[in-house]
Order: sequence, then structure tokens, then C-alpha cells
Amino acid sequence: MDEIDVTPANVAPVIEGVDEQPETAREVVFEIRDGAVRYGSNLAVADVNFDVGAREITAIIGPSGCGKSTFLRCLNRMNDFIPGAKVEGRITYHGENLYDPKVDAAEVRRRVGMVFQKPNPFPKSIFDNVAYGPRINRFKGDLHDLVEQALTRAALWDEVKDKLKKSAYALSGGQQQRLCIARTLAVQPDVVLMDEPCSALDPIATSRIEDLMVELKRDFTIVIVTHNMQQAARVSDMTAFFTTDVGEDASRVGRLVEFDRTHTIFTSPSDQRTEGYITGRFG
Amino acid sequence: MAIHSELLPASPEHLGDSRPPGRGVDRAFRLLAFAGGILVLVILALIAYSTISKAWPAFRDEGIDYFTSDVWDPAHAAFGTLAFSFGTLVISVIALVISVPVSIGIALFITEVSPRWLRRPVVTLIDLLAAVPSVVYGLWGLLVLVPALPGFYQDWHDLFADVPVLGSVFDGNPIAGKAFMTAGLILAVMITPIITAVTRETFATVPQAQKDAALAMGATRWEMIRAAVFPHSRSGMTAAILIGLGRAMGETIAVALVIGSSPQITEKLFSSGDALPSVIVNQFGESTGTYQAALIGMGVVLFFLTLMIGVIARTVLARSERKLGAA
Ligand SMILES: Nc1ncnc2c1ncn2[C@@H]1O[C@H](COP(=O)(O)OP(=O)(O)O)[C@@H](O)[C@H]1O
Ligand SMILES: [Mg+2]
Repeated sequence: MDEIDVTPANVAPVIEGVDEQPETAREVVFEIRDGAVRYGSNLAVADVNFDVGAREITAIIGPSGCGKSTFLRCLNRMNDFIPGAKVEGRITYHGENLYDPKVDAAEVRRRVGMVFQKPNPFPKSIFDNVAYGPRINRFKGDLHDLVEQALTRAALWDEVKDKLKKSAYALSGGQQQRLCIARTLAVQPDVVLMDEPCSALDPIATSRIEDLMVELKRDFTIVIVTHNMQQAARVSDMTAFFTTDVGEDASRVGRLVEFDRTHTIFTSPSDQRTEGYITGRFG
Repeated sequence: MAIHSELLPASPEHLGDSRPPGRGVDRAFRLLAFAGGILVLVILALIAYSTISKAWPAFRDEGIDYFTSDVWDPAHAAFGTLAFSFGTLVISVIALVISVPVSIGIALFITEVSPRWLRRPVVTLIDLLAAVPSVVYGLWGLLVLVPALPGFYQDWHDLFADVPVLGSVFDGNPIAGKAFMTAGLILAVMITPIITAVTRETFATVPQAQKDAALAMGATRWEMIRAAVFPHSRSGMTAAILIGLGRAMGETIAVALVIGSSPQITEKLFSSGDALPSVIVNQFGESTGTYQAALIGMGVVLFFLTLMIGVIARTVLARSERKLGAA
């Protein structure tokens, strides 16, 4: 299960096939080796091997049901809450085994935030939504400042600064999603995971969130699951393509097919299946 | 209705003959629902009217004293009901204070903590318990709980004897274990299953997305419950508590058996008292004339007390929800 080969985080391996520009040592946030998830005895995803680089946007694409969400939830240990879910293989976060029994999973989730498919603000005011994370983490500084900062970073401050006491439900879907991003940022995470964050939004709201992601990349590491390949192509630096393998016994297992620079994946993928998926959707 | 009025101006001639077949059913259903709603109100009004008119002689003779005096002396035609209202409120509050936290705890355990395999049997059990007529719990309380209480009350009293307020609250001379506290305890046992059942039902409807949102920010289970489960369940929990309160306030036999039937207004919870429904059931048979009217009047008092509490609770809830403006 565990691999002995533990590459120190600061001398991360250069990704194969990356030769367009000389790459300085890439700072690795997550290192996934033989990552796999089971639900009970059902293998849902397997054979996931790639590294997530710091301050990059990593996109995960693939057909529906191939285990993108399942895999994403491994990175902040949200699978802990799903009865029967079991994570296998080795996933490190800044070189530390994420699934070591000594690791405090709640602390992991503070550092690795998550934005969900459907905007899910709390039934509270806009302010209290953003202040929630800092409050439960006993934030000592100026809460108002922090909330303003988070909302500004999420490109929402100007729209809501006069109605912070209003219910979060009074906002539009796109605004709610940016509020959820602000709420995540207010915990001052290191990584932000996004699971199809735009799939419930209209094109204008979507493009605002995409701009925002590119903006956030300066300070955060972002991993985004998306079913929208144009989106992956537009915003991400690296892309992981997953697909579903159907076995002889009709078992369906999601697997990583290819991981590479986004540009490479979309222009000259090395795997037939990647090419088929991409051209199929674009054509 | 909204769809109707939006569609009409757009294509009026089109709607005339080619109505979708569902329309008629829809209208019939709406009428039926409306009629049902009105019927409930009418019946309620009729009940209120006929009870009030039967109780009228007492209201007329006693005036405001009927509600504000605590002198109940049928032999001298003094019919003040305050001590009974007091008793009803006190035992209901005791019941809720004990039962609500317990019920919420059980409901949270079922929905958030218990392993899956345990969930279904516990839920079934609680739902069954909630359906058991409350008098069964009353009997259990009478046979098992009450005999054990006098000694317990004594210890309890000794424990708090030197604490300022609590020293006199946990005091009194129960007659054979019959006291406000006893009635309150039995009521708590009676209403816990129903409050638990309704609360659990409410908790089960909290969207997973809300829980995930809290958990994904590093919330502990309890922090998640406070952020996602409770705010989402306010109206359901209020309904659960009101249902429990209604049962507690209206409970007759069990309370009549254990409250001690000696009306008084006192802060000492271990002393005997009386409550509205139990007075009615104990004394109705031997009453005539104004006396009987005074007893019926207590039904009216109970009716409006319950109504008032319900309205207040809903108003407070609506205000707090409006502040959050679930738009
Ligand atoms: N909570 C769960 N329990 C059991 N199986 C699940 C659960 N969540 C997802 N799965 C299964 O795992 C596979 C991958 O699902 P998912 O990760 O949601 O895919 P994607 O996000 O790529 O659409 C699917 O076959 C799905 O049925
Ligand atoms: Mg998914």
C-alpha cells in the first residue's frame, strides 16, 4: 500500500512531457500515489497518480460517474463522513501523509477548503456566513476586516457591502457561490477545492467565477472538478483526465488516464481516450 | 394561481377550449383545500362559542376575579382559577425543561451520531412510543416513579438547601410524592417520544449540502449542528415543542393522579398543587349551576392559554426567520 519512494516536497519530480519552458523546481502540495477509494467493497476510483503544484489550477475532467468528486473529497478528508468510504494508497499534503492517524482531519479541512456544486450558504446573514469559519476557529483579530477582505477577494464586496446583515438567500445564485468562496477564503486556507462550482450558474456568473479563480491562483492552490472542458482549458494549468473502466464483470472503476499540462492535454493528448473525450465534446 | 394570471393575457383565446385536463382537478383540489381550511376555523369558532356561552354565568358573576383570583371555594361561591392556571403552566414548563433537551439529544443522536444499522430500529421504536396514548406513560409514572420520589425529593432538597433561589424552589411537602414536580416529571416522560419523533423528522430534512459546508471548514460535529442543523430546523423544532406543550397542558388523568389536588401558588416545586384539566375532571361530576359554569370556563381558559402560547411562539419564530429573510 505505502510506497517507500517519498520524494521530498521541495524537489518535486518534473512532470514527464513538460518541456515547453524550463521549469524551476515545482512546489508540490499534494502527492497522490496509487490513490484509490472504495465504497464498502465497491472500488470507485483507482490508480490515481499525480502531483498538485502550489499556486496552480489543477482541473479534473472526465465523464460523469468516473469518480471525480470522490477523488476530490480525498484531498480534504471529506470522505471521512461517508459511511463505508475507504481511501487507499498514499496521499501526502506538503510531504505529510494525509491519512496518518495522528493527523487532525478538521485541521486539514481548515487548510484545504472546499466549494461545492450547488451554492450552499447557511441560513444566516451574509456577514455571519463569512464569519462562520473564523468564529469556530476562534479567530482573534478584527473579524470585520477579515470578512471584508474575504468578500473583496471573492469579488463580492462591492455588491454586498451595504447589506451584510441581509440573508444570504437574498443573493443571486452566482453571488451565493462567490459568497461560498468568500466563506472558504475567510478560514485562510492554503488550498481551495472546487467541485463543479459553476454547474448551477448562468454563463455570466460562470465567467465571473472563472476570472476569480485565475485571480486567486496568485495566493492559493486550486483543484477544480469540471464537466465543462472549455472551462478547464480556459482556467487551468494542469489537467487530469479520468474515465470509467468497465470490467468484464460489469464493475465500473474510475481511473486516471492522463495528467499533463492543460495545453498538452487539449492539443496533443498522449492517450486515445483523452483525445476521444475531448474531440467528442468539442466536435 | 400565479401561473394562471401570467398565462391569461398572453394567449386568452387559446385557453378557452383547449384546457389541459389537469386544470379542473387542480381547481377542485384548491376548492376542497380552501373549504377544509374554513371548516376548521368554523368548528373552532363554534366550540369556542358554545363553551363560552356555557361558562358565561361564571364569567358574569366573578368578572375579572375569575381569572385573577386564586380563591377557589365552591361552597362560598368563590371561583378564582389563577392557582389552576399557575399549576398548569408550572408543570408544563417543568415538562418542557426536562423533555426538550432530552428529545433534541436523542434526535441528534439518531440523525448525526448513531451508526447506520442502529438508526432504523431506534427510529421505529421512537415513532411507536410517540403513538402510545400518553395515559400509558402516566400509569407507569404513577406505579413506578411516584413511589420512588419522596426520598429523592428529600435528597434533592438537601443538596440545594443552601443555594439561594434553588433552595426554596426545590422545597415543599409533597403528600405521598404528589407534587408539581411529580406531575412535571410524568408529563416529561409522556411528551418526550412525540417531541423526539417530530424533531428527528425535522433534522432528517436538513440538506447534506449545508452540513458539508460546515464540515468542509473544519467544523466539529457539534459546530456543524449549530451552524447547519439548528438554523434549518427552527420551525420544525417549534412545532415539535408546541405539540408537546399542547399534550402537557391538556393532559388530564395522569396529572390528576399525581399533582395532589391542593391548589396553591408557590415557588416550591415539591409541594402539591392543581391544574386546570385535573380540576375539571375531579370536580365536574358533583357540580351544578355557576359551579359547573366555572369549571367549563376553565376549559375556555385552557383553550386560550394554549392558543396564546402557540401564537406567541409562531410570532417569535416568524420574526427571527424574517430577519434571515428566507426570500
Ligand atoms: N456516497 C456514496 N456511496 C456509495 N457510492 C458512491 C457514493 N458517492 C459516489 N459513489 C459512486 O462512486 C462513483 C463515482 O461517483 P462520483 O465521485 O460522484 O463521480 P463524478 O463526480 O465523477 O460524477 C459512482 O459510481 C457513484 O455511484
Ligand atoms: Mg461529481
